Amino acid sequence: MNTYQQLKRNLKQDLGSFPVLKVALLGDSATQMLATAIRGEGVVRGYNIHLWEAEYSQVERQMMDASSDLHQQDFNYIIVFQSTHKLMEQHALMQEEEEKRTLAEERLEFVRSICDHCPTHIIYFNYPEIEDAVFGSYANKVETSFSYQVRKLNLGLMQLAQEKKGLFICDLCGIQNKIGRDRLFDPAVYVSTEMLLSIDALPLVAGRTLDIVCATEGKVKKCLILDLDNTLWGGVVGDDGWENIQIGHGLGIGKAFTEFQEWIRKLKQRGIIVAVCSKNDEEKARAPFEKNPEMVLKLEDIAVFVANWNNKADNIRHIQEVLHIGFDSMVFLDDNPFERNLVRENIPDITVPELPEDPGLYLEYLYSLNLFETASYSSADQERTRQYQVQSQRVSASKSFTNEEDFLKSLNMESEVSIFTTFNTPRVAQLSQRSNQFNLRTIRYTEDQIMQMGASHRYAPFCFTLEDKFGDNGLIGVIILTKENEETLFVDTWFMSCRVLKRGMENMMLNTIVGYAKQNGFKHIIGEYLPTTKNGMVAEHYDHLGFTPLKETKTKQYKLEVDAYQPRKCYIKTKEK
Amino acid sequence: MNRTEVLEQVQDIFRNILDDEDIVLTDESTAEDVEEWDSLTHIQLIKAIEKAYSIRFTSREILSWNNVGEMLDCILKK
Repeated sequence: MNTYQQLKRNLKQDLGSFPVLKVALLGDSATQMLATAIRGEGVVRGYNIHLWEAEYSQVERQMMDASSDLHQQDFNYIIVFQSTHKLMEQHALMQEEEEKRTLAEERLEFVRSICDHCPTHIIYFNYPEIEDAVFGSYANKVETSFSYQVRKLNLGLMQLAQEKKGLFICDLCGIQNKIGRDRLFDPAVYVSTEMLLSIDALPLVAGRTLDIVCATEGKVKKCLILDLDNTLWGGVVGDDGWENIQIGHGLGIGKAFTEFQEWIRKLKQRGIIVAVCSKNDEEKARAPFEKNPEMVLKLEDIAVFVANWNNKADNIRHIQEVLHIGFDSMVFLDDNPFERNLVRENIPDITVPELPEDPGLYLEYLYSLNLFETASYSSADQERTRQYQVQSQRVSASKSFTNEEDFLKSLNMESEVSIFTTFNTPRVAQLSQRSNQFNLRTIRYTEDQIMQMGASHRYAPFCFTLEDKFGDNGLIGVIILTKENEETLFVDTWFMSCRVLKRGMENMMLNTIVGYAKQNGFKHIIGEYLPTTKNGMVAEHYDHLGFTPLKETKTKQYKLEVDAYQPRKCYIKTKEK
Repeated sequence: MNRTEVLEQVQDIFRNILDDEDIVLTDESTAEDVEEWDSLTHIQLIKAIEKAYSIRFTSREILSWNNVGEMLDCILKK
């Protein structure tokens, strides 16, 4: 964790090559140092944050007045920090009991109207509690007490955030729960600067804020790779035997590992891919999963299991090849500092937390890192491990065919094509945020935006699923066409999950949209490739699909003549609904 | 710890926090004399000094100093 001073120094670097994010910050207390910390933390995460700070205590005016500075600019993110402190003052000034009863609701109404006025991502700080001890614990029985209203407000914010897809709650309460109120708030700092966060808390708050920004921008962790001996259980299975490793409730260190595994299983259920990378004989490494009844994690929880005596960097590269995800979306946990350094040195993009020596501290330490922030969650996430296990089976199956065509035919692939529906929008938005490699323009859309596009006649959306004899991959690709005019369609969005690479899916997708174009009298389809650091894989996508490069365009653009198009060969049937 | 030593250490803290190696402090120095020493960096300086000496200033003390000398008096008293 950087100090405030380090974050401030980051701003002296040349940020010219960093992508720019336009961010507004509004608060009801002094926010200049928070602004500096957010910009400095932006540098840590690889962004050049152009931050516009509203004048002190102008939250209401800036939000509600359509002619205010806030509404004159397009911001990627609007951060709003209304403090518990000021809310408490408002509560104190209320004369009538009846008024106090509505404090939370009134503030929630305001946040709701912020969401309605600002069609962008809003990051709203929740309210760390201040125990005012006016009623003591009896406050729990009094609806008009400040504690009651603050808790109601925080719950209300969670409910509102579920309803408003563009609203993200930055969990300041979570930070206070971890570090304590006396570290989050420094009365001396407040008295002399009107600032409600201590200097030491600023990097934490900026960090949690940027966690949300990064997740929304598609920078998320997707995979957790685990060492086994003394990481997942106590002891060395090769020496101690599967029945004698330390795991399980009761006295002793075993419960630390049990609870650690319970946490990992929750991550897996949320959709994080769990892989094992251990220096062990494979059979010995698998034995605890198969035989020890105290193990929380079972083999079916592990998407890729690698246990051998090769070096760990090579093994992690192997896991990466099976999973087809970036190293920057992987986290590696190992109790051994030597292995950690070896992996860090060989694979710079991977995240390798500096696990504490005492296994009893693993969880609290990992909680503090908040590694697995996400900007979306759908039920499909829970299926992911199984899908990757199936993918490993497919990889082995493909080895038994000498020619690729026969292999593809043997898969009996079927794809269902649909427009945006209430069922698939969460998954579409999620893929839009998470697809980095197979993504032609990398324009990210939220659920709200997807729904709006689905309802508009200007757009023609296509969602694709893919199923084969090994299993259903679910929704894996999206194309959104813009109707430029009566003759021309523009490919606004084309992204696909890397799970289904090399299956001929892009041919099937193109056949589908050209079919649509023909039926509706369009003559041309224009495609565009906008390069990012991650989407080099599709730099020649349109060339491969038979599009003609356009000359003298600022970006790489391509054209396809609809009438001359010959359907491309593929072995994926369009599934009838 | 004598006064000159403390002045030197405080000067180091100023140089570090304000990122300026050329800062020279005397008892008479005020925020007017040092570029970048404003109300916001002031609190950063205070917190850094508190950490360096494991002391706590009161809110009143922080607001009361008119120059570096008065700040040093306060540190030496703790």
